[in-house]
Amino acid sequence: MEKRVVFKHPVLPYLLLAPQLIITLVFFIWPAGQALKQSVLIEDAFGLSSELVWFDNFIELFEDPLYLESMEITAFFSVCVASLALSAALYLAVQADRVIRGAMTYKTLLIWPYAVAPAVAGVLWLLLFNPTLGILPFLLRGVGYDWNAQVNGGQAMLLVVVAAAWKQISYNFLFFLAGMQSIPKSLIEAAAIDGAGPVRRFWTIVFPLLTPTTFFLIVINIVFAFFETFGIIHSVTQGGPAGATNILVYKVFNDGFIGLDLGGSAAQSVMLMGIVIGLTVIQFRYVERKVHY
Amino acid sequence: MIQTRPWLTYLTHAVLLIGILIVAYPIYFTFVASTHTLRDVVQVPMPSLPGGEFFGNYWQAVTAGLGEASGTSAVGAGRMMFNSLVMALGIAVGKIAISIIAAFAIVYFRFRFRMTAFWLIFLTLMLPVEVRILPTYKVVADLGMLDSYAGLTIPLIASATATFMFRQVFLAVPDELTEAARIDGAGPLRFFWDILLPISRTNIAALFVILFIFGWNQYLWPLLITTDPNMLTVVVGINRFLNVGDDQIEWPIVMATTMLAMLPPVLVVVFMQRLFVKGLVETEK
Repeated sequence: MEKRVVFKHPVLPYLLLAPQLIITLVFFIWPAGQALKQSVLIEDAFGLSSELVWFDNFIELFEDPLYLESMEITAFFSVCVASLALSAALYLAVQADRVIRGAMTYKTLLIWPYAVAPAVAGVLWLLLFNPTLGILPFLLRGVGYDWNAQVNGGQAMLLVVVAAAWKQISYNFLFFLAGMQSIPKSLIEAAAIDGAGPVRRFWTIVFPLLTPTTFFLIVINIVFAFFETFGIIHSVTQGGPAGATNILVYKVFNDGFIGLDLGGSAAQSVMLMGIVIGLTVIQFRYVERKVHY
Repeated sequence: MIQTRPWLTYLTHAVLLIGILIVAYPIYFTFVASTHTLRDVVQVPMPSLPGGEFFGNYWQAVTAGLGEASGTSAVGAGRMMFNSLVMALGIAVGKIAISIIAAFAIVYFRFRFRMTAFWLIFLTLMLPVEVRILPTYKVVADLGMLDSYAGLTIPLIASATATFMFRQVFLAVPDELTEAARIDGAGPLRFFWDILLPISRTNIAALFVILFIFGWNQYLWPLLITTDPNMLTVVVGINRFLNVGDDQIEWPIVMATTMLAMLPPVLVVVFMQRLFVKGLVETEK
């Protein structure tokens, strides 16, 4: 869509675009280019000379069992976070769509965790699950289960999944609710007259009509789990114990910023860029229409 | 409600209440922990009702943090919250300002490299900080922007989503309005200031709410570029309070800081709910 009526001015449009473009070039495009360049170079320990090694850094990356493990962990983590956050939110949205009295209050009380930073959400659950102070390990000990996420990798994974999903439920809830409220009531009434109960109505009418919303939310949740959960990992497990929660974004930070492995870290950055580009393309190509029917 | 099924209504309310309790419980637990002495908190099980140390703990958290004994952590949450506020406002205002003028240029002018500019802005969507950590850090270090408010805000204010949102808003403005303004002798800047800005007022407000939360909750970026304790933001500061090595973690102070760190964005969501929902839906279009 384009405007028919436009203004003419020789320099003004460039001046208006300049701040956005300068920041984009200096802080986005240039560093991304540097990452691309670094990923095909090997620098000596003092950074004095560097040698073009083409794809050696990538080959090394894919031969590194720790990197492959980190990929698996990230995939597992994302699927868990997305499915938990989506199913809980959908269930709550179905209930909230049904109530008449107090609908607004319920909505308010369910959406506010959106405002909590991922790192802060992590700290909340860190306290709840703390082996000595937390209430959940205390209850679990009551039934004879020993909880210590600082040593048990599976438990640490569960902890970060719960914290991440908790934070994301409110977002999904809002979009599911909006999606459901845009479904024409006449469809549901017709099904009710034909004798379909609430459960049947949900699976045969509401859920299929929610497909665009669901698909959009799956992409958003995967992006969230991949990139925005850095704060949770950093504040709760620091990738541990023994790398059990070392997701890709945490690994690239750790290898590059703490471990100072420039080539390897740049190669990891380029891999992540590929993932973001893929997800963005999916989002814009296939998720064009979300809640319009 | 299509059919009246009393038992279903009760069940619905019950499920929603349980959902709300599960969502709110971590916060309640944190609040309780922030109102007791450390000795009470570390006993098993922790008290389940708030204690009497509310003012003492919060005062200490705001003014002194962990206190002098812990060296770098002697900066209080008050200072950190001020830093977070500056960062959140800087990011929100900066993003809106540069995006709205960029969208104005792209929609209302025809010029060379217009599509190039559009795609360059689009590229930023694909390059979050997480995928270019080291080189971006290096650029900011070379520009001498480490440990400064400029460093905390400026590298984050390029925004494809905000630019696209304003583009959508402007595209929906009828051409007749532009023609009328032109006939009345208004130049582009006059038209922007007197017509486009007032029309976009609610969109700006909605976007501001979302961006304020986004800015306040930044974690990786401030973690990278701030080392001076006086420049810490509160979300990163909590982490400093937790990492005290072998010392006993001062749970009540950490938890008071945690409560303080989430208070401003949560208040924004609760009290500006309508704008918040509008902003959330619009930035995803």
